[in-house]
Amino acid sequence: MKWVEVIVSFILTLSFLSFPSCGFQSDELLVDDEEFGLEGAPQHRSPEPIPTRSPPVTSPTRKRHSDLDSDSKIQFSLDHAFGDSDFSPAGTFSARLKTWSHGGQNLLESDDFYRIRLPSNVLSPPGRDFIISSVKARCLPRESLDEHFVIHMEGVNVLAVNYGSPGSCPYPRNLKLPAKWSFSSHTVLKNSEQAPRAPVFTEEILGGENAEGEVVQPAERSFWAKYWMYLIPLGLIVMNAVTQAMNMPEEQATGQVPAQGQPSAGAVQRGPSSAVRRR
Amino acid sequence: MAIRSFFLFILFFSSSLSPVFSLYEDQVGLMDWHQQYIGKVKQAVFSSQRAGRKRVVVSTEENVIASLDLRHGEIFWRHLLGADDVIDGIDIGLGKYVITLSSGGSILRSWNLPDGQMVWESSLQGPKHSKSFLLVPTNLKFDKDNVLVVFSNGRLHAISCIDGEVLWKKDFEAESFEVQQVILPPGSDLIHVVGFAAFSQFEMYQINAKNGELLKHESASFSSGFLGQVSLVSTETVVALDSTGSILLTISFQDGKISSQQTPISNLVEDSLGPAVIIPSSVSGIFAIKTDAVTIFIRVIGKGNLEVVEKTTHEIAVSDALSISEDQQAFALIQHASSEIHLTVKLAHDWDGNLLKESVKMDRQRGLVHKVFINNYIRTDRSYGFRVLIVMEDHSLLLLQQGEIVWSREDGLASIIDVTTSELPVERDGVSVAKVEHNLFEWLKGHMLKLKGTLMLASPEDMAAIQSMRLKSSEKSKMTRDHNGFRKLLIVLTRAGKLFALHTGDGRIVWSYLLRSLHKSEACQSPIGLNLYQWQVPHHHAMDENPSVLVVSRCGPSSDTSGVLSFVDTYTGKELSSLSLDHAVVQVIPLPYTDSTEQRLHLLIDADKHAHLYPKTSGALSIFKREFSNIYWYSVEDQNGIIKGHALKCKCTGEVADEFCFDTRDLWSVVFPSESEKTIATVTRKLNEVVHTQAKVVADEDVMYKYISRNLLFVATVAPKGSGEIGSVTPEESWLVAYLIDTVTGRILHRVTHHGSQGPVHAVFSENWVVYHYFNLRAHRYEMSVIEIYDQSRADNKDVWKLVLGKHNLTSPISLFSRPEVITKSQSYFFTHSLKAIAVTSTAKGITSKQLLLGTIGDQVLALDKRFLDPRRTVNPTQAEKEEGIIPLTDSLPIIPQSYVTHALRVEGLRGIITVPAKLESTTLVFAHGVDLFFTQLAPSRTYDSLTEDFSYALLLITIVALVAAIFVTWRLSERKELQEKWR
Repeated sequence: MKWVEVIVSFILTLSFLSFPSCGFQSDELLVDDEEFGLEGAPQHRSPEPIPTRSPPVTSPTRKRHSDLDSDSKIQFSLDHAFGDSDFSPAGTFSARLKTWSHGGQNLLESDDFYRIRLPSNVLSPPGRDFIISSVKARCLPRESLDEHFVIHMEGVNVLAVNYGSPGSCPYPRNLKLPAKWSFSSHTVLKNSEQAPRAPVFTEEILGGENAEGEVVQPAERSFWAKYWMYLIPLGLIVMNAVTQAMNMPEEQATGQVPAQGQPSAGAVQRGPSSAVRRR
Repeated sequence: MAIRSFFLFILFFSSSLSPVFSLYEDQVGLMDWHQQYIGKVKQAVFSSQRAGRKRVVVSTEENVIASLDLRHGEIFWRHLLGADDVIDGIDIGLGKYVITLSSGGSILRSWNLPDGQMVWESSLQGPKHSKSFLLVPTNLKFDKDNVLVVFSNGRLHAISCIDGEVLWKKDFEAESFEVQQVILPPGSDLIHVVGFAAFSQFEMYQINAKNGELLKHESASFSSGFLGQVSLVSTETVVALDSTGSILLTISFQDGKISSQQTPISNLVEDSLGPAVIIPSSVSGIFAIKTDAVTIFIRVIGKGNLEVVEKTTHEIAVSDALSISEDQQAFALIQHASSEIHLTVKLAHDWDGNLLKESVKMDRQRGLVHKVFINNYIRTDRSYGFRVLIVMEDHSLLLLQQGEIVWSREDGLASIIDVTTSELPVERDGVSVAKVEHNLFEWLKGHMLKLKGTLMLASPEDMAAIQSMRLKSSEKSKMTRDHNGFRKLLIVLTRAGKLFALHTGDGRIVWSYLLRSLHKSEACQSPIGLNLYQWQVPHHHAMDENPSVLVVSRCGPSSDTSGVLSFVDTYTGKELSSLSLDHAVVQVIPLPYTDSTEQRLHLLIDADKHAHLYPKTSGALSIFKREFSNIYWYSVEDQNGIIKGHALKCKCTGEVADEFCFDTRDLWSVVFPSESEKTIATVTRKLNEVVHTQAKVVADEDVMYKYISRNLLFVATVAPKGSGEIGSVTPEESWLVAYLIDTVTGRILHRVTHHGSQGPVHAVFSENWVVYHYFNLRAHRYEMSVIEIYDQSRADNKDVWKLVLGKHNLTSPISLFSRPEVITKSQSYFFTHSLKAIAVTSTAKGITSKQLLLGTIGDQVLALDKRFLDPRRTVNPTQAEKEEGIIPLTDSLPIIPQSYVTHALRVEGLRGIITVPAKLESTTLVFAHGVDLFFTQLAPSRTYDSLTEDFSYALLLITIVALVAAIFVTWRLSERKELQEKWR
């Protein structure tokens, strides 16, 4: 499986650039985020007014990015919503909103959904529709707010994003407040896998017959597996004979006391008759 | 000796249990039944042959042409044309050929009337699409060759009746010309083609029938335009309605001159009526118009004088004219009156006199008469008798003669929409439905016969008696629940809006009910039945209640019309109640909760994405509130290529306070790029499927845990270019992508692309695997792929000590919000057939191994072991793998002729396969439906938990008796011997 794990989502946009076809995935962008100073450079994202009901949205500058890659206009905004509130921009995907405390605490207490959305086309956002994904809010807090993205791509189109905690989120979701109200993100990009081809045995026609011949031959079974149905009756008969043989001396011994004058032939005769009775 | 006979007995016993995979010849019909239908009759032609068996040839809406026995209604022969080969017209030529015109008038076929063999087929092309007409003139000859006249695709053809050769053709290329009638006046060599052009132009063409030469072309313009069809009142007069539907136009074209007369309907009828339509009929001199409530019969006198002969508010059906002598035509009229129908046969020129007047009692569950076909015969007293064939609202076909129903066919069963099952009532003491049919002597005789059969002493007559006894076994058709769960009721909903309950034992109809809620009414113009759900399945604390089903229907073809719910008792077949909803029904979600009376909770999603809870009781609401946050569902927007996940939000915030209405919200969405993917198939697991083991032990004593989630969705998408027919694209521009999506979180768990592949995709999802069928363009073959999905998060629970000490996570609740650790295994195999349907067997506890049931293109059902579709098959399996049952890898899946479930039968027009578990774990019930119905029992791993049906209890009894006797004899013998010895 080919995938690139990127710690900084900033790099994602770049990686989209280097995706001319769906088959190829760039691995050149495994750069650490600190270099771009995401946390250190809070700036207002755009001149457009920030919706009042959302927490103050700050987003790091896209300048560094465009410096780095000036011909790029590709960037998409990540919007989020707290429970049922409207979507508000959470910054471009490259720099997530870092403070979550205002809506976040309420959200954690009610264990509502934390929803994110992103455009379905990275070249011409928002594409046909937004891709929405959501998670129960109590799945996120650990040390900080841990999130895990799996973005399914097809060329420049985003098919779906799987959003959630990086580990497990066991069912009775307990209220736990994070120590740091900031996100640490992990992102995985996924492209489609190729299906394995159906096996074609055409060139092995001759060999195939041989193989079949082998199959036809019954596998060598153990002696017991083959002859158990004969062995069990045989064993019974043997056991029967043995018990008879063991009884005979006894009867001889007991029979001799009352029939002292008789020859031993009587005892021999009685042997089979007792066997008959036992049967 | 005793031991020997004991061994003999053991041997016999084991041989009777020996694996029987397929059926023996004499087992056919023992557990299976097959019923043949034809569908709703569109057109019927009576064979006018004097000698031979009386028959009627019909064409139906299921694209069947069939020849039926007029005396009993049995099928002599029938042919099912393809789904896109709709029959436009049928007729009988030369008394021995059935001529059919189909596919929008482009295919003309001739069939031999006695045996249904095809004689010839010819393809008719034309410049443009048009109505099509098929005429078989009796006297038109061309070089001693009888001629058929066909108008189709804007072209008139004359075709030889013998070999289908086109003798001449004539195009009608005028852009806007719309043909309305093609008329062959008897005794002349002329053909009249009349029609409309450019909205208000009436056109008449006169054509020489000998060579197709255009003799005359006349046209006249009518400023008011035309509405709908025209009715032919004589060979030279037609009646049409103007575009407002209020003025009748009588147009005659005698000798090629068009003359016309306009008569407002209000002149004929005093009270004003709404816009009218003409009922098409071919009775000369009379036509009928119909408004919302009234049907009016109008006679044409002379040249355009109209006279109302009858006005009726009853539902009425009229047949076509039947000429009974040179100048006399008769037709049949059927009128409804409460529980009876009145049949009258009249002469065309004499409205007031009746040739025949009969009343027939009619079952209300058949609804209204939709079509009437009339036929005459000569009575024993040499007078004319009439019989009529009628098609009812429930699509059944009946023959009426002498005031009685001679035979009837339930052809509504040819178009089943949905199927569900219901248990039969429990047998109670005193109220036992079963009677003691056999007295002791009969019973003994039966067993003697069976014994003779077993010992191969039976004569052929005895064999026949045994076979018929087995088939008639009263045990299987009892009306009570049986221990093995073989006897059930199949509840089916047909397209006509009728519910049938079929007994699984012999397929008979236990009850039928024409849903009142599916009747056309003011509020509901064109009701359509959608689905059947099990509404109430009493088993624990509501044992005295009868089970019931929910029928969901809606008032029109579009999904935003309001819905209707009906609840029907499955024991009595009575409608308990029905609800007309004020919202639409887009999606119905049966929830896994039941209320105190075992009514299942259902969530209905409407067009505005509100969720409505049913039943509307407070008990249901409190149960629902408890599970409020755990309810998720998804919706697929096929057109946009978007799949969305939803959850409930809060109570409806509408103007009306409704406790049972909830707002919803979108949780996730998957957007397929419209330029590269188009969804063509979505499949989920069956709701009631039972999985027995979570783990699978693989060869090297390793354990793999199945990823068993009820919330998995399989989606297949193809390239938009490749969504057409197979072969319309090159392999390079066609691909197929398969997805496994979690429907709670929207996670894509698996995604795989098959390059060079194309739909249609048929898929089935069960346990932790999905099997899908598609076409591989590169290999030019069909392929079947399997994906199995395993859970890795529990994979380390292999240590026995962990299990013993309880340090495992197997019992902890699983949350889908955790990040899933799954692995998938997949493999593809070639498969020979193309498929019509696919299903998987299901058993009560899920222990029995699974078989795939494939509905092949030949309308048969093939059973294929799931083991053949195992992704772990390798070319050379190891010893351990062989012991596990892994079959060596082959490139294609085998088709074993013995594993056809339908054995020699065909389920014509196969559409669906339904599997229902029996109570007996080894057995599953299979119901396949299309135009035909087929039902059987299947044991994928053989009946390991019961004796077979033909197990001879008599022989067992005799063996035991013989053994006991032998023991006594040997005991006596040994006693005597011992005594002798003692006396010696």
